[in-house]
Amino acid sequence: MAKPDCGSVTLPDYQQERIGSQIAEGETIKSARPHALTDAIFNYCPGCTHGIVNRLVAECIDELGIEGKTVGIAPVGCSVMMYDFMNCDMIEAAHGRAPAVATGVKRVHPDNVVFAYQGDGDLASIGTAETVHAATRGEKITVIFINNAIYGMTGGQMAPTSLPNQVTQTSPYGRDVSKVGYPVRIAEMVSTLDGVAYVERVTCDSRKHIMQAKKAIKKAFQNQIDGIGYSLVEVVSTCPTNWGMTPLDAFQWLRDNMLPYYPLGVYKDVVADGFANAAEAALDRAKDCPIAQQKKEA
Amino acid sequence: MKGNEVLAEAAMRAGCRFFFGYPITPQTELAAYMAKKLPLIGGTFLQAESEIAAINMVYGAAAAGARVMTSSSSPGVSLKGEGVSYMAGADCPGVIVNVERGGPGLGGIQPSQSDYFQATRALGHGDFYMPVLAPSTVQEMADLIYDAFDLADEYRTPTMILADGMIGQMMEPVLLPPERDLDSLPNKPWATSGHAGKREHNVINSLYLSPEKLEQTNFERFERYAEIQEKHQRQELMECDDADIVVVAFGAASRIARTAVRDARAKGIKAGLLRPITLWPFPTKAIEQVIASGASKFLSVELNMGQMVQDVRLAVNGRASVDFFGRTGGVLPTPEEVLAAIEAVAAGESVCQSAEPGAVGSLLPHPQHRKSSYERGE
Repeated sequence: MAKPDCGSVTLPDYQQERIGSQIAEGETIKSARPHALTDAIFNYCPGCTHGIVNRLVAECIDELGIEGKTVGIAPVGCSVMMYDFMNCDMIEAAHGRAPAVATGVKRVHPDNVVFAYQGDGDLASIGTAETVHAATRGEKITVIFINNAIYGMTGGQMAPTSLPNQVTQTSPYGRDVSKVGYPVRIAEMVSTLDGVAYVERVTCDSRKHIMQAKKAIKKAFQNQIDGIGYSLVEVVSTCPTNWGMTPLDAFQWLRDNMLPYYPLGVYKDVVADGFANAAEAALDRAKDCPIAQQKKEA
Repeated sequence: MKGNEVLAEAAMRAGCRFFFGYPITPQTELAAYMAKKLPLIGGTFLQAESEIAAINMVYGAAAAGARVMTSSSSPGVSLKGEGVSYMAGADCPGVIVNVERGGPGLGGIQPSQSDYFQATRALGHGDFYMPVLAPSTVQEMADLIYDAFDLADEYRTPTMILADGMIGQMMEPVLLPPERDLDSLPNKPWATSGHAGKREHNVINSLYLSPEKLEQTNFERFERYAEIQEKHQRQELMECDDADIVVVAFGAASRIARTAVRDARAKGIKAGLLRPITLWPFPTKAIEQVIASGASKFLSVELNMGQMVQDVRLAVNGRASVDFFGRTGGVLPTPEEVLAAIEAVAAGESVCQSAEPGAVGSLLPHPQHRKSSYERGE
C-alpha cells in the first residue's frame, strides 16, 4: 500500500508498520505516536495530565535519539503505570525510592540516560530523603515530578503538596495548616541544593504551557547527556477524579489555585548562570570556604 | 585479617564492584575497607543517606546487571527489608551482609544470632525466601561470600551472609579466593541497561495487578526455591556417625558447641555436632541422616531465645527429643555451660523450662542454666 501523505512530516518506518494500514490514502498525518511509547493504551483518568507528560517524555527521548540507552524508573502511585507505556528499559520501584534506584543504575552505567518519574506523595513525602540526597549528590539523572496535590492511586488522600484548606479524603474539613502544616514547595527547595543543575516548574493546562513543559523536559534530558548535573522538572498537574471535578473545571482550579501557590518558571539553571556544570556552580557558591576549594588529585 | 575485612576483600575478588551502605556497628570495618579499596579497582563505594536508600541503590545496580552488595547490622537490616522484598519480587540478585548484634530495638552491639527468624523467614513482606549462608570462621567469611554471588546470580535472588559481631571482629589466618575474571561473570540478558535497539525493552518489576499472574509468578519462584533446597543444603557434621545426642549450632555458637561436644566425648557421652552452613535452605537431609544413624536427642545451641530450634523440630518431626540452650543479648555462653546442657540432656533432663513444643516459656532456660558458674560465683 502507498505510504500515507504525512504533510511535511515523513512517517518513520515503525509508524508505517504500526498504523500505516489504518490510514486512508490522501489522509494527512499531523502527529505520529512517538516510538518511545508502546502500543499500550493509556489507562489514566479523563483530564489527567499523566498521559500528556508520558508522551512529552517519549517525544523528547525520540528527538534526542536516546531510547536505546534510556532506563526509566516508575515508582509507586499512578506513576507506576509508566513502565507499561514506555519502549525503553524500565524499572518499577518502591514508594519514594526511585532516586536511589536511579543512582544504582547510573553508577553502574554512567553512559545510560536515567530518569525517575514520580508523583507528589512519592517524591515529596515518603521519598523526600532520597530526593534531597540524590539531588545534593549531584547524581546525573533527570527527575520528572508530577505535582497534582493529592494521592491519586489510593483514592484522594492529602498530599504533601495539597493546598491550604484543600478538601481531601484525609483532610475532610480542608487542610488545616495550624495542625498539619504547609505544602512542600519542591522546585524552590531543590533549587537551593548544590549538585543541582536545573530546576523548572511547568504545567500542561494549555498548548503553550505544554510546549514549554516539553522544552523543559528535553533540557533536563540534554543536561544529563552533557553531564551538567541533576535536573528536575516539576509539572503542576490535575487529578479531576480525586479533586471531584470535570476535566475543564480541574484545569480552571489549577489556574486559580495551584499556579499562584506554585509559580511557574526556572528556579535554577547553572548554564544560564554562566557555569559549565553544577559542580562549577557549587564551587563558586562556596568560594569563601578554603577546604571546599581544594583541588582533588586525579 | 578481620572477619569483616575478609568479607569485603572476598566480595571484590568475586567480582563485586558496587557497594552501597550506611554506617553501623559492628560491620564498620567492611564498609571502611570497601571505601578504601573499591575506587582503586574501578569500583564504586557510595555511602547512602539511609539503609533504605542503600538497599534501593543495590536494587538499581542489580537491575542494571552489576554484582552488588550492601552490609549492615541488625537494626539496619530491618530497614533493608522493603528493598529485599522488591529484589525478591523482581528477581534481582544481590548480596546482603548482616553482622548481627543483640536486639530487639537498638539492642546492643555485642554478638548475637537473634536475626535468624528475620533472615530465614523472609526479610520483608510477601511470599519469598532467600539463601542464607552462616560462616563460623574467618576463612568461611571468604568462602561463603564468594559463593553467595554465584548463588545469587544463578537463581536471580537476593542472598544473605548471616554473620555476627564475634566473627566480624575476629582475626584469623585466611586463604583468599582467586580474583574472578570479570568477563567470566554470567550474562544477564534481562538487565535494564538500555536496549540499544537490539532487543525488546526489558522491564524489572514486582507489580502484578492480576492475582492469577502474581500467583503464577510466585509458583515459578518457588520452583526455583525447591531446586535450591534440593541442591544447596550445606552443613558440617562432627562425630555424628554414632552420636546419640546431636548438638545443632551455627556461626559463633558452633565454635563454642564444638569444644563442648569434644569435652562431652571425653566424658564418654556420645555427642556429635551438626553445624548448618546454609540456614535457608535448612539442612534437613543431614537431620534425616543423623536420625537414620541413631540420634535420639537433639540440642539446639544458639545466641538467642530459641529460633533455629523451630527448624530442628520441623525437620525432626517428633522422631527424637529436641531441646534448646541459648544465651542472648550479646552474652556468649562458655563451653562449660554448653557441656552442662549436653550432660543434662544426656541424663534425660530438659534444659528448658518445658521441652513441650508450643508451651508458654518453653524455651526459657531452666534457672540453673541461665548463668555460668562464673556468673553464679561458684
